[in-house]
Amino acid sequence: MKLTLWTYEGPTHVGAMRVATGMQGLHYVLHAPQGDTYADLLFTMIERRNARPPVTYTTFQARDLGGDTANLFKDACREAYARFQPEAMIVGASCTAELIQDDPGGLAEAIGLPIPVIALDLPSYQRKENFGADETFFQICRALAKPVARTAAISCNLLGATGLGFRHRDDVAEITTLLGQMGVAVNVCAPMGARPSDIARMGAAHFNVLLYPETGEAAARWCEKTHGQPYTRTIPIGVQATRDFLAEVAGLTGLSPRIDETRLRQPWWSASVDSTYLTGKRVFLFGDATHVMAAARIARDEIGFDVVGMGCYNREQARPMRTAAKSYGLEALITDDYLEVEDAIAALAPELILGTQMERHIAKRLGIPCAVISAPVHVQDFPARYSPQMGFEGANVIFDTWIHPLVMGLEEHLLTMFREDFEFHDAAGASHHGGHAQALAPQEVAQPAPLPEPLVAAEPAEASGGDIFASKNGQEAPSAEVIWLSEAERELRKIPFFVRGKAKRNTEKFAADKGLTRISIDTLYEAKAHYAR
Amino acid sequence: MNAPAPVKGCRDVPVLKQRGQREVFCGLTGIIWLHRKMQDAFFLVVGSRTCAHLLQSAAGVMIFAEPRFGTAILEEKDLAGLADANTELDREVARLLSRRPDIRQLFLVGSCPSEVIKLDLARAAERLSAMHAPAVRVYNYSGSGIETTFTQGEDACLAAMVPALPVTDARELLLVGALPDVVEDQALALLAAMGIGPVRCLPARRAAALTGVGPNTVFALTQPFLGDTHAALVRRGATHIAAPFPFGEEGTTLWLRAVADAFGVSDAVFEAVTAAPRARARRAVAAHAATLTGKSVFFFPDSQMEPCLARFLTRECGMTALEVGTPYLHTGLLGPDLDLLAEGPVISEGQDVDLQLDRVRSLRPDLTVCGLGLANPLEAEGLTTKWAIELVFTPVHFYEQAGDLAGLFSRPLRRKALLHREAAE
Repeated sequence: MKLTLWTYEGPTHVGAMRVATGMQGLHYVLHAPQGDTYADLLFTMIERRNARPPVTYTTFQARDLGGDTANLFKDACREAYARFQPEAMIVGASCTAELIQDDPGGLAEAIGLPIPVIALDLPSYQRKENFGADETFFQICRALAKPVARTAAISCNLLGATGLGFRHRDDVAEITTLLGQMGVAVNVCAPMGARPSDIARMGAAHFNVLLYPETGEAAARWCEKTHGQPYTRTIPIGVQATRDFLAEVAGLTGLSPRIDETRLRQPWWSASVDSTYLTGKRVFLFGDATHVMAAARIARDEIGFDVVGMGCYNREQARPMRTAAKSYGLEALITDDYLEVEDAIAALAPELILGTQMERHIAKRLGIPCAVISAPVHVQDFPARYSPQMGFEGANVIFDTWIHPLVMGLEEHLLTMFREDFEFHDAAGASHHGGHAQALAPQEVAQPAPLPEPLVAAEPAEASGGDIFASKNGQEAPSAEVIWLSEAERELRKIPFFVRGKAKRNTEKFAADKGLTRISIDTLYEAKAHYAR
Repeated sequence: MNAPAPVKGCRDVPVLKQRGQREVFCGLTGIIWLHRKMQDAFFLVVGSRTCAHLLQSAAGVMIFAEPRFGTAILEEKDLAGLADANTELDREVARLLSRRPDIRQLFLVGSCPSEVIKLDLARAAERLSAMHAPAVRVYNYSGSGIETTFTQGEDACLAAMVPALPVTDARELLLVGALPDVVEDQALALLAAMGIGPVRCLPARRAAALTGVGPNTVFALTQPFLGDTHAALVRRGATHIAAPFPFGEEGTTLWLRAVADAFGVSDAVFEAVTAAPRARARRAVAAHAATLTGKSVFFFPDSQMEPCLARFLTRECGMTALEVGTPYLHTGLLGPDLDLLAEGPVISEGQDVDLQLDRVRSLRPDLTVCGLGLANPLEAEGLTTKWAIELVFTPVHFYEQAGDLAGLFSRPLRRKALLHREAAE
């Protein structure tokens, strides 16, 4: 047993639902108790779908457990077929039905429906949502994709896009456009948008584009082995990765990788002097491995951040994740416990967090800017506007999304210049347009009152703003023997709040190293000079 | 707008009972509001990743506010041997309680997986209660989907607490059902103004405030889904005050009248206390009734509140009910509401969601009250919907909320009119 308050991934059958809901003309009959239909609202609310997910639940109740749950399941299959007339059906069990050991595959076969019925075996007590999606898509391909002649023109399949995928809708559109500009047609995009009859003609493509390894890798491997279709390894998130991806496609097809980059603005935006202040900003990355690995490359090589921590919640991708982290001189954090992620972030005290909705909440708690780069996400990350992550427009979107939460460069300089500004100090709250800032300020700033208690005693509150020299858990004991002189204390107070914790720790460490017991203004500025980067 | 009681109500009309796929929440969902109400309680679900995922999907952003609920997720090794599962549970509970020393009541909440493998949580609760007494009392109930639907989770929780309540001979009024604090305070103020007291609440905000119960206890339910709790209290010798539920001006007045009668309150006092809030409630409802009157409404089953809400909407807002679906119809408790609901609508218990969708599509009601899994798909078909969960999560009881309650139903219709103004011109 493991006590869990929040999970990054749902159960395996939700992964299967993501495949079924992404497709057309496929129906999923799920042996599940009353209540499991909650998963429908992920699709109708978060993704805002305008139709019910194509899922029939048997919704057995306690009184059914006597023994007719098997018949319940068979009836549900017959009725679902009669009502929805799907081209194919997938059948499986949720966690509870797995325990009662009806055999959905065998039962469905016994009723002899005139369509392919694909049995899913998704171990609910070992695996999670992404596995469920990957395995379901693989089983559908295995059952339906037949050997067929290649298309005359060069074509590919797009693999891995599903229902409830982070920006899958627009990534598919963006990659389809890029490939089209190279002269590559999309044969089938699956699971998203495909019908079972489309799966059957997947073999006609010359190669496969694996968009999301988490949900399409098993199928891509199988297609390579069975249909001789190579698949792309580069995930086209970021400018450099997109160019590498186009080069990889060129290698597979013999076509030219040079395509129109006139709408690609990210490299110039990043090169412009406005962006200089982004240099070396310390960033922490967490999410699914694919998005984190892509984001790390953008962060370091395209925006000039310093990647100080990275990790993922999906163990399936732990190996590539560890390898990638090593190339940044880091050890990957592989965990599905958000408390471990929170500890890691608190210890590292980054200036920007890129993660999932959970990291967004951690960031809010710690007062650190944050942008979302990976599922799981709230409803606001299924936007109405076009916002891919992949390709060149994706690079534009990513630049805007990551930069917005940061304090703008000019703003940062003004904060340093007017650090005792009467309406723009750290007690003024998030917006300096509000009246409350003025109401608070005059007395406080005109006569800076002595601090209520020595800063050393305020240590715990400053922990999240700790410096890069702090011990790993951020709990390094305050150097109790070092005393801040009151003038130095007041000077420290003038430093903008978002760097004050770092300045304080640096100065204390500097003083301790020099064997000083008192910190004066001079000590403060000597330490600043010492640590200047 | 209150009409006189109809010549023939719905108490004895034949009920349409169907079995098939149900589109409802399981009882675990009750934890989301119960943990807010009981400030020193922790709800520990013993279940699967699905249970944890359900709770975080249903609780939305609340999950990030250090919630006092969690899931002990069963793993492969727990399914292999049951002795192991008990040790595991003891360890997780001990760790949890050491981390949260403020917890006084711990609920072990059964789920479908724990019920199917017959993990004996009742025994576990006894064992853990002994281990952690007197600081913490450990209860057990089932919120599994195979046994409970949505609000029935609260019923199962409260019913589990009743046997442990101390014995008292005092003549006290017990209000049963978790209400938002602001609503509970309004109810207590009205009762106090009539001189009724002492009044206790189940659930109480803190364990220390838990009430006693005995043969002189009289109790009134504030929620229609408390069948098992009702039975458990009756078994303890308490007497139930039957009444319509306090939704809308009429429901609140009749509910208060029944309680007042049980305590011998005079008509003059009753009138003096209720006249002003009654008039306020009527005015507030009238503002929304203009939008609602003459419109038809169709209820999918969700919370067991549907018959009371249909009564309110038809009698105080001038709507016509086409179908009133409920997951479970406890005629004994809902009789007074059904008496007031004029014959006409189909009363349906249970669900075959596809057949029910066929009916709603052929009837095309002006307003469909349904769950979030159905709302957007039905909107896309041109039907106007009101998502039902909000009726449980929003303060809707008693006089001061009567206008808000009507507003929940009028808003989707006003919105539809606003967005379609261009088309109408």
